[in-house]
Amino acid sequence: MYNKSIAELAKGLRSGQFSSVELTTAFLDRIKQHTALNAYITVTEDLALQAAKAADIRLTKGDAELLTGIPMAQKDIFCTEGVKTSCGSKMLDNFIAPYNATVVDKFNSAGAVMLGKLNMDEFAMGSSNETSYYGPVKNPWAINNVPGGSSGGSAAAIAARLAVCATGTDTGGSIRQPAALCGITGLKPTYGRVSRYGMIAYASSLDQGGPMTRSAEDAAIMLQTMAGFDPKDSTSVDLPIPDYSAGLNNSLEGLKIGLPKEFFGEGLNADVAATLEAAINEYLKLGAKITEISMPSLKLAIPAYYVIAPAECSANLSRFDGVRFGYRCENPVDLADLYTRSRGEGFGKEVKRRILMGTYALSAGYYDAYYIKAQKIRRLISDDFNNALAEVDVIMGPVTPSTAFGIGEKIGNPIEMYLSDIYTIAINLAGLPAMSVPAGFAKALPVGLQIIGNYFSEDKLLNIAHQYQQVTDWHTQTPKGFE
Amino acid sequence: MNSPWETVIGLEIHAQLATKSKIFSGASTAYGAEPNTQACAVDLGLPGVLPVLNEEAVRMAVIFGMAIEAHIAPYSVFARKNYFYPDLPKGYQISQMELPIVGIGHLDIDVDGVTKRIGITRAHLEEDAGKSLHENFHGLTGIDLNRAGTPLLEIVSEPEMSSAKEAVAYMRKMHELVRYLGICDGNMQEGSFRCDANVSVRPKGQKEFGTRAEIKNINSFKFVEKAINHEVERQIELIESGGRVVQETRLYDSVKDETRSMRSKEEANDYRYFPDPDLLPVLIDEDFKALIKARLPELPQAKKQRFKEQYELDDENATLLTSSRALADYFELVVKEAASPAKICANWVTGELLAALNKAGLEITDSPVSHERLAGLLKRISDDTISGKIAKQVFEALWLGTATADEIIEDQGLKQITDTGAIEAIIDRIMADNMGQVEQYRSGKDKVFGFFVGQVMKEMQGKANPGEVNKMLKAKLK
Repeated sequence: MYNKSIAELAKGLRSGQFSSVELTTAFLDRIKQHTALNAYITVTEDLALQAAKAADIRLTKGDAELLTGIPMAQKDIFCTEGVKTSCGSKMLDNFIAPYNATVVDKFNSAGAVMLGKLNMDEFAMGSSNETSYYGPVKNPWAINNVPGGSSGGSAAAIAARLAVCATGTDTGGSIRQPAALCGITGLKPTYGRVSRYGMIAYASSLDQGGPMTRSAEDAAIMLQTMAGFDPKDSTSVDLPIPDYSAGLNNSLEGLKIGLPKEFFGEGLNADVAATLEAAINEYLKLGAKITEISMPSLKLAIPAYYVIAPAECSANLSRFDGVRFGYRCENPVDLADLYTRSRGEGFGKEVKRRILMGTYALSAGYYDAYYIKAQKIRRLISDDFNNALAEVDVIMGPVTPSTAFGIGEKIGNPIEMYLSDIYTIAINLAGLPAMSVPAGFAKALPVGLQIIGNYFSEDKLLNIAHQYQQVTDWHTQTPKGFE
Repeated sequence: MNSPWETVIGLEIHAQLATKSKIFSGASTAYGAEPNTQACAVDLGLPGVLPVLNEEAVRMAVIFGMAIEAHIAPYSVFARKNYFYPDLPKGYQISQMELPIVGIGHLDIDVDGVTKRIGITRAHLEEDAGKSLHENFHGLTGIDLNRAGTPLLEIVSEPEMSSAKEAVAYMRKMHELVRYLGICDGNMQEGSFRCDANVSVRPKGQKEFGTRAEIKNINSFKFVEKAINHEVERQIELIESGGRVVQETRLYDSVKDETRSMRSKEEANDYRYFPDPDLLPVLIDEDFKALIKARLPELPQAKKQRFKEQYELDDENATLLTSSRALADYFELVVKEAASPAKICANWVTGELLAALNKAGLEITDSPVSHERLAGLLKRISDDTISGKIAKQVFEALWLGTATADEIIEDQGLKQITDTGAIEAIIDRIMADNMGQVEQYRSGKDKVFGFFVGQVMKEMQGKANPGEVNKMLKAKLK
């Protein structure tokens, strides 16, 4: 039951093979068995069973959707009415959201069953899930290793079969990197494709929610529910939503794949490179053609990102001041004390580091040298991608330079940690959609293949990933102890 | 005045835009609700919420821009102004910095009969903050976020005013304009219209500006004048006694009638403005502008000119009648309805009516005498049914009651008597009773004529047609 796809589960629910309550109960039991992974911050058992009962009624009535009755989970960055929404931070440990994020509303009206809220790096700042106030999530493939971040709870939960599917968010790689390190499928949609309303902001111009699933086929179903214009989010785009499942079986004959030489140079682990080479060979067999391309500005992505994202976060996180909600220090003596201690005690180290970096970059006298310059680089990076995507249909490359590293290995060295997002960050700066697809193993740890497409080409990306998953079985493999 | 000093003043006016909902949320902007009942999730700055721009606020800013003949930016950008304050929920205010919606424009003011053009640097859209309440909380501070997110238009003038008098004239003119345009209710007690004044002094003839002080949040015309005069005096005294003006923000205390320092430039915030990534740039094309231009109301200056030409009014009456759009509209409706000479209508509106309104502390929109009822009265003056003197009596009844002029005239029997028989009988009696005066008149003392008119009118309780009385008296006394 845990290894079935959404379509298979939907079939089972309709044929009466099992009810949503049974399915939900089975997943809730499994979550209890595997608390050591620390994937969930909050398990909403009662709400889940209620939703499952409602789904069973809908299924009987015959007005169910594909996701009706399917047990899934939300990254704890999405506001869920009446349920703690912590964003992985002590700051919001006491925060019960009074409203639902648009994405949450959409899953609710589709009849999906929310099992709980998933662990994550604090305020989505981190690449290893170690910055979470609730402790690190463990990688189901190697219990002493990180699952990646910031959507580490989501990736670990899917890999360990603690939910059928889950939401993630991706600001610099936070869906794709943990998907790669945990051997699951993750899709970061085009910026503006999925509403950000109710998704606690880290860096507003980069944040984008997306599906995290075992297969591309499941991701297509999830994205169908998540995508769309939202009048409550001015940056969401009012474009028609294609049928993401319709083109999954299109042939890849003649597909033009670009391989940027900058993605395969120094810094890429040799085992990972070899695994990716094998994956790309599969695409050749499927009829694709390879072109080597160059995107010289890619090397500027990390410095540009670490100006823009912290700058935006320094303002986005100002609302956490101990005045209206969230953590408030004890017995403040005056206003300054209330601010400094509430924020000083409520935020973790990495969050403070980024607030400081951003505040500095926006300060009088530095603004032009940092923020304005970073925006110019951002434009150059977009131009590089646009030029490349005029020549090729998609760009492929690694998601991460290495496989899952050890817990504690990089947390003391921020620069080294930041470099684990070297292949994903540029895509956020350009606002493009990209996927991470399980592409094999290096020394028994999962490797992800990144597929980057043009704006709003999610249907194409899903088709390309699905075709690969028809001829490979990496995405169906289960970590030991979680079969 | 032979001061060796020259004053330089620039004003920043905050006009609250009269939209129904807030600039970035759907919450109501109505004043005076229970604290925090008009603050939605967006206004509270809850985690995850996003702003959505209210198009009506943009429309109003563009209307304003057109009225001051300013450049309307085809591309303007909202920016975050970062600072911490308990009544600023997000820790930043959404405002505009580098690319404001309204560019360079101007406003003409009249001081002592001289017209002066004041340049306007820019006008930009922003959200208001909430209110901190320091009373009744036992040493704590209460926060009311009802006002948070209310749309403001900040209008920045050039430093081109050289006296408190000019500053007040500018502020009054701006107040009149925004109300005319229907984009701000102008209520200064409620803070809908307030200003900051940048004041500096320099020796006469010097080109460079002196160091300025900014006086914050002045919410009445009287206080603007007082605050500026005080600040100018303070700066001159300071310099003349060997001191130096420092750039700082000052607060005007209307109780003590003085300004005092809030913070100096060194302590000033670095607001770290940057474009708000939650909002798209505001794009304004020619079609949008054409649509607004077509709906732009006639502006005060143009209306005044038209009143002078179309109704042949003098400058004083034309100025007075166009001082508010509602008053001008009232006047034009009276003229249309009364079919009487516009001059008489103007005299009645600016005379009896405005006097009564002023006395009662009412606005023209709350006038107990509607334009129809006033026109009804003016009709009866024009057709000689009543005299001007009786008309004042009728007006009083109009003010106090609900009857029409015709009903009042009928009920109180105020109709002018033109029945020559009745007038003749009275004249005969008065002449018989005052033979002495008749003799005097006939022997050439023309002055006595007034005596007879007075007697006849008195006898007829003012209701006799004065023209008729004159004519008949002249014939009889011959």
